[in-house]
Amino acid sequence: MYRACLYLIAGWSGFFVMGIELLGGRLLAPFFGSSIYVWGAIIAVFMLALSLGYLAGGRASLLSPSLRRLALILLAAAATATPVLLVGDRLLERLSTALPDPRFGSLLASVLLFLVPTAISGMVSPYAVRLLVADRASAGHDAGKLYFVSTFGSAAGTLLTSFYLVLYLEVDQILLAMLAVSAAVGVLGLATRGPTA
Amino acid sequence: MLLATLVPVLQARAQPPLLHSERSLYRQVFVYGDNATRCLCFTRECRVGRQSCIDLKQPDRLMFEYTQMMLGSLLLIPEPRSILIIGLGGGTLPRALRALLPNAEIDVVEIDPAVIRVADQYFGYRVDAHQHVYEEDGRAYVRRMLRTLQRYQLIMLDAYDQQYIPEHLLTQEFLQQVRSLLAPNGIVAANTFSSSRLYSNESVTYRAVFGTFYNLKSANRVVLASNGPLPGIAEATRNAARYEAAFSARGFKASALLPLFKTGVDWDSHARVLTDQYSPANLLNGAEP
Repeated sequence: MYRACLYLIAGWSGFFVMGIELLGGRLLAPFFGSSIYVWGAIIAVFMLALSLGYLAGGRASLLSPSLRRLALILLAAAATATPVLLVGDRLLERLSTALPDPRFGSLLASVLLFLVPTAISGMVSPYAVRLLVADRASAGHDAGKLYFVSTFGSAAGTLLTSFYLVLYLEVDQILLAMLAVSAAVGVLGLATRGPTA
Repeated sequence: MLLATLVPVLQARAQPPLLHSERSLYRQVFVYGDNATRCLCFTRECRVGRQSCIDLKQPDRLMFEYTQMMLGSLLLIPEPRSILIIGLGGGTLPRALRALLPNAEIDVVEIDPAVIRVADQYFGYRVDAHQHVYEEDGRAYVRRMLRTLQRYQLIMLDAYDQQYIPEHLLTQEFLQQVRSLLAPNGIVAANTFSSSRLYSNESVTYRAVFGTFYNLKSANRVVLASNGPLPGIAEATRNAARYEAAFSARGFKASALLPLFKTGVDWDSHARVLTDQYSPANLLNGAEP
């Protein structure tokens, strides 16, 4: 159950990040268009955020890591993504009026909306690797398994969101659904007992 | 199914030679041409995707019916002083408008610099003191212009990528912005597909923003809508007489357009309106009509 929960959190976090990234393009397009600059800005911010998250997650894993804390990381990512749903439109409206340039406007918009939740999401994988690894000999194998699950989740998030969810649901509905799943997975993680340290 | 594979093969055999190809930031751009015609395509062999063609022997002739229908907007607003065209293609529409309306201010917005270059190099498209091309996303341009005092009497929507119209240019919010950018009693002319899984969705979206509109259907579907009361057929007929000679010089009859000016509803009026929240355009157009 403990390991299953770790994989679930990692897999879902991967799904969540890619889902938000794809919806990000949809959110920005009405304000900045869909020129290559907009997509470049979104992808750049996500990559930067993930890289910072990996560093932070690795650091955090040094301080009495636990499944409980991993669940809190997931919940924090969802919490910091909530403004996208609640004030995203208004923020983009103000921002695109003040800074209509598709390059810098969309870069700033991506930073304000997506940097923090994506960075926190980036903490999940290295932190989960730490919880998985029992000894050095299996460290690479454990990391590989964990990254397989989280990146598979990313693939699923990309495919499902762009191929199916946008066909039936509104952008806000998809966002809300993803936040709800994050909350559920996070709560499950809090409730799951881990091995005693 | 078999027919669908035969047709492209037949077309491919009839395709004029490739004059130019380049990969732009957004799509592949191909120019095919011989002594008679020259075409702009976004897919190899022009199998699918946007085309713009000119007749090299009669460059003024409007080869595609959709461009003729788009000029049908002049039957509703005969002397627009300010025109906005979103989507350049080969420049057929702005060139025709410049010839018909020598003093109009024409602003063309095109996101792809390669298309702008190709229109200049291969299709003889020229800007002038009262005609500008802006290399920008169409929606970003509209939003930008709304913050100025600039308003247009005629707006033409003809933005396509290799699949269809980009999603953010199909939504109710965008059309509302376009409507706001129109001068009072201004006209919008939009080129869309006449049969696709999105047909009803697009139709209800235009209806929601503009109310009743003229639904010109042939190989394509052109929406002609107004910012004010929709001009009637009598007025369109009067304006057609005015443009009969000019349109004839371009290979079609103004009076032949009039029967296409229908306002009847031929779509599912319960279809979902396309909004910024819900606009799965490219998914629905990936499937067969």
